[in-house]
Amino acid sequence: MAGVLVFVHHDDGEFAANSLGALTKAAQLGGDVTAFVAGSGVDDGWAAGLGAHGASRVLVADDPALEGGLPQPIVDALEPHAREADAVLFGAGVVSADIAAGLAARLGAGINCETTEVRSEGDGFVAVRPALGDSVMVESTFTSKPAIVLARANAWAPDGAGGRDATVERVPVTVQDWSAGAKLVGREQPEATGVDIGEADVLVAFGRGLGGPDNIPLVEQLAKQLGGEVAATRAVVDAGWCSYSMQVGQTGKTVSPKLYVAVGISGAIQHKVGMVNSGVIVAINKDANAPIFEFADLGVVGDALAIVPKLTEQLSSR
Amino acid sequence: MNIAVCMKEVPSATSAKRLDPSTHRLDRSGDSELNPFDVHGLEEAIRIRESGQDIGEIIAVCMGRENAQRPLQKALALGADRAVLLTDPSLAGSDISGTAHALSAVLAKQDADLVILGQQAADADCYVMAAAIADHLKRPVVTQVAHLEIDGDKLRAKRQTEHGYDVIEAPMPAVVSVSDAINTPRLPSIKAIMGAKKKPTDVLSAADAGVDASRVGADGARNVVASVSPPPAKDSGRRIEDSGGDSAGEIVRFLSERGVI
Ligand SMILES: Cc1cc2nc3c(=O)[nH]c(=O)nc-3n(C[C@H](O)[C@H](O)[C@H](O)COP(=O)(O)OP(=O)(O)OC[C@H]3O[C@@H](n4cnc5c(N)ncnc54)[C@H](O)[C@@H]3O)c2cc1C
Ligand SMILES: Nc1ncnc2c1ncn2[C@@H]1O[C@H](COP(=O)(O)O)[C@@H](O)[C@H]1O
Repeated sequence: MAGVLVFVHHDDGEFAANSLGALTKAAQLGGDVTAFVAGSGVDDGWAAGLGAHGASRVLVADDPALEGGLPQPIVDALEPHAREADAVLFGAGVVSADIAAGLAARLGAGINCETTEVRSEGDGFVAVRPALGDSVMVESTFTSKPAIVLARANAWAPDGAGGRDATVERVPVTVQDWSAGAKLVGREQPEATGVDIGEADVLVAFGRGLGGPDNIPLVEQLAKQLGGEVAATRAVVDAGWCSYSMQVGQTGKTVSPKLYVAVGISGAIQHKVGMVNSGVIVAINKDANAPIFEFADLGVVGDALAIVPKLTEQLSSR
Repeated sequence: MNIAVCMKEVPSATSAKRLDPSTHRLDRSGDSELNPFDVHGLEEAIRIRESGQDIGEIIAVCMGRENAQRPLQKALALGADRAVLLTDPSLAGSDISGTAHALSAVLAKQDADLVILGQQAADADCYVMAAAIADHLKRPVVTQVAHLEIDGDKLRAKRQTEHGYDVIEAPMPAVVSVSDAINTPRLPSIKAIMGAKKKPTDVLSAADAGVDASRVGADGARNVVASVSPPPAKDSGRRIEDSGGDSAGEIVRFLSERGVI
């Protein structure tokens, strides 16, 4: 199978938008596009729907060993097909990245991470990524076949207007013992806060620089004064300060409010990709070298604990 | 049980980062430090020991320049018992695949039941090394772990994906990468900094480690930088220095000028 193979991640019956974006990008490369779907109890008709995003064929690896969606058994299932491909594309995602990395190691293949553009050139591929805090664009080629390309989050928008069904082919699955060692034993559903941060016109987001969960009322009061909601980084969600439903970024929500106030947030790439399209970005951070200042419209270098209450006060007396 | 912690040497947060225009490699001539994300990995190893688990050795493993011995001293001061530095001119310019191969070769000889990595390298912004190493070592992997429990020869980990939190169990030997929220690293004491000088660092060449020369270095790279260029130009924002909250008025004026309040 020469051509491009696209791994399509799914969860709870839905294809991941980042995977669909990768499929759309693959279709633009002009070659043969095959999608790869792994799981247990995969419906053929559902898989065939990937034709709308540009796949002419869908390989379905359907096996109880793939239940739970952990990455290592999927590397086993994908490996023989990846060996036949010219390139294997992955949309951003935690599980997708694990699979891309495992596959690169297995095949000794070149992998390009954080990819924002890919094109075919001659009989190979060129991948582009922003690097070093997005201060430089790096173009890379591959000496391996396949080339493995892992996209940056939200790099490519899905286009499902293809309107034709793909042919579906079921493929055999063999999982190695060690690959099946890790087991999904539970899932924690995000606690519902009743607020959809994706809908808010104004967000006041906080990170570890807020100091601790006891200081959350400071950002709540500012958000209230601005008529907005409170959002957060992964660092504070992982640390249990607040609910996952408030998280902005690669594994949280992508937002674009009119105003985004970032309080004590460093501005890591995985946070940036979820909020960089906001209208006006104001960042408050005590470290003048924080990456967030590279993409803030207003950067305030100082102590958030001193600034935020004063700001709330000034707004309320207007 | 022994724990290996992969710790990369990266340019310090305060030094300007740039690619060398001729080699397209990261200019590493300035100050360097331990990748801050990896200090969380070391802290987790120390906490596992402090929680009463029977830990033989905590080993800091690094592939880098010879100068990486200096940042590795900090790992020893923080609580690693020993450091292993893989350093060889032939490794310069290795890509992700080559680095994963070389680190795996070193790790395979360390008899470590648990290998811990950081969530990402601050100078690369990838998050792939843990899963690549696990494939080489043929071990289970859990990445981006925000909460880790060790119970005998089994681990239980909680990690975030785009769908909320997964709870995953795996038998050891295993590989994990940890989120920067898993713990708050301690600072080394003066006494520990002095004591670190007596702890050993094994310096290995590529040949010592059994690295396959065809897979590493610029010549072995399978993902090769062809060119670098500046990013699309954008307006730079306005910057103000605050002191004790005295910028509040200026922030309000800015918001009002922009029509968002
Ligand atoms: C696969 C993957 C997915 C990820 N997904 C996400 C995601 O969806 N969302 C996300 O946010 N992150 C995500 N991350 C994590 C991301 O890389 C960063 O670790 C995280 O965003 C850092 O959060 P933070 O800014 O709160 O903490 P830090 O990086 O620790 O930054 C805290 C900042 O606060 C500043 N500060 C400290 N004290 C003060 C003070 N008194 N006043 C003002 N400023 C102060 C500091 O200077 C620092 O810049 C992901 C990472 C990976 C690898
Ligand atoms: N040269 C290296 N030496 C030691 N550890 C490394 C090296 N490169 C990457 N790592 C480890 O891999 C993790 C993720 O790196 P990466 O996937 O390259 O962003 C880091 O947090 C380190 O723990």
